[in-house]
Amino acid sequence: MRSRRKFEGRQPVSEQREQIGASRRTFLVGGLSAGAGLAGATMLGGSGTAVASQSTELAAAAAPPPDTRKITLTVNGQARTTDVDTRASLLDVLRERIGLTGTKKGCNQGACGACTILVDGDRTLACLTLAARYEQREITTIEGLAEGNRLHPVQQAFIERDGFQCGFCTSGQIVSAVGLLNERPDVPDAEIPELMSGNLCRCAAYPNITAAIRDARGEG
Amino acid sequence: MEFYRPTSWREALEIRAAQPDALPITGGTDVMVELNFDRARPAALLDLTGVPEITGWSEREGQIQIGASMSYTAIIAELADRLPCLALAARTVGSPQIRNRGTAAGNLGAGSPAGDSHPPLLATGAKVHLESVRGSRELSIDQFYLGVKRTALEPDELIRSIEVPAARGPQQFAKIGTRNAMVIAVCSFAIALDAGSRTVGTGLGSAAPTPRQATDAQDFLAEALPWADRDPLAEELANRFGELVAAAAVPIDDVRGSARYRRHALAVLARRTLGWAWEEYRCA
Repeated sequence: MRSRRKFEGRQPVSEQREQIGASRRTFLVGGLSAGAGLAGATMLGGSGTAVASQSTELAAAAAPPPDTRKITLTVNGQARTTDVDTRASLLDVLRERIGLTGTKKGCNQGACGACTILVDGDRTLACLTLAARYEQREITTIEGLAEGNRLHPVQQAFIERDGFQCGFCTSGQIVSAVGLLNERPDVPDAEIPELMSGNLCRCAAYPNITAAIRDARGEG
Repeated sequence: MEFYRPTSWREALEIRAAQPDALPITGGTDVMVELNFDRARPAALLDLTGVPEITGWSEREGQIQIGASMSYTAIIAELADRLPCLALAARTVGSPQIRNRGTAAGNLGAGSPAGDSHPPLLATGAKVHLESVRGSRELSIDQFYLGVKRTALEPDELIRSIEVPAARGPQQFAKIGTRNAMVIAVCSFAIALDAGSRTVGTGLGSAAPTPRQATDAQDFLAEALPWADRDPLAEELANRFGELVAAAAVPIDDVRGSARYRRHALAVLARRTLGWAWEEYRCA
């Protein structure tokens, strides 16, 4: 409509604006009154049959709410109770329900390692984990490694060795390295790359990452 | 979506019988990808990680029972001496994070021809124990695979365990991927020599709609190997074995590799793994 009018060029610009403005107001008012009608019908307990059936149809067209489940997770030593969609991954629950966004979502299919967390000390991918199955397990995320202002030795080593560039994979790299050093406190240099193979770094900071792990080895 | 978390095997079977469209989940390394990308919307999930009867492994009369929820990490740590081939394959699965959660039974349930567990299970003549509220049955591994992501598992059945004979001779596994970690096999191959019965087992992965054995190659090798004299491996014998393995494959062209490449690579893997296994046999 607007572009056609523009090409016709018969009306003054101010008048066009006025018309568009008016039609917008009309729409808003109309929309509001329709909404009020529906709300009114619901509150009055279906006094107008036509309106009531319309509202039922609307409800049927919308997807049913997902099944939720109240779960209590132990994250970094703290109990967190939250209502979660039963299909929700632990990654989404950590980031979106609990608000711990240090754990990153890279590929969401278990290939990149950015969402690595520790479950009872085992390196685990939060994206491949249903939150609802991890009650009564000890979950550790990147936020749980430092003690107050004192960084975990692996975090400190990553800073000193510059074990990152863009930083997106870093929290997963650090948590994975902490898990690796739990598994193999004396891991030989040659085995570090293979044992860190679940964590991709697209900036290719690998030499610095492995150097940081060598430094942190034996300090945990 | 319903979410069930039974705490006993009996309860798991009852839920499975009552709701056959509930998707069993143990490691979640396949199932969660389907959910995250909305490729599957199962009516319900049946989480088996709370079932104590299917964790760990046991041994009886030279047969190892691997519980359905035993992780690859545990297989590598605890069974590398008894089941070297399966442990070798387990080491090539995904990454440490994936191996901490993924299971061999999950590989069977998913039924992908590229699963890393299949070649060793075929080469060693494993059996799958299936159970439902109706009872239990045992299938030899080659009867379990029906097609791409199709298996003999009935809608009310669950995989309880996988039975693998403890190694009776050298075993090897090799896999081709675009790099060392986090790859789905372009193709893979397993070989198991049985020094007692002087027989050979093989398993091919990513080589046909289902994982499969190369039976002609097995028969040829069992007959032709100089078991008693322990002579060095003759080149013609290794080449013929490679040809017969490649002939057993019915590969496809896909994003990971061409059918022609896969046939070629399988012959190479077959010759190489045979060489390693035979050297081990000769020096034993």
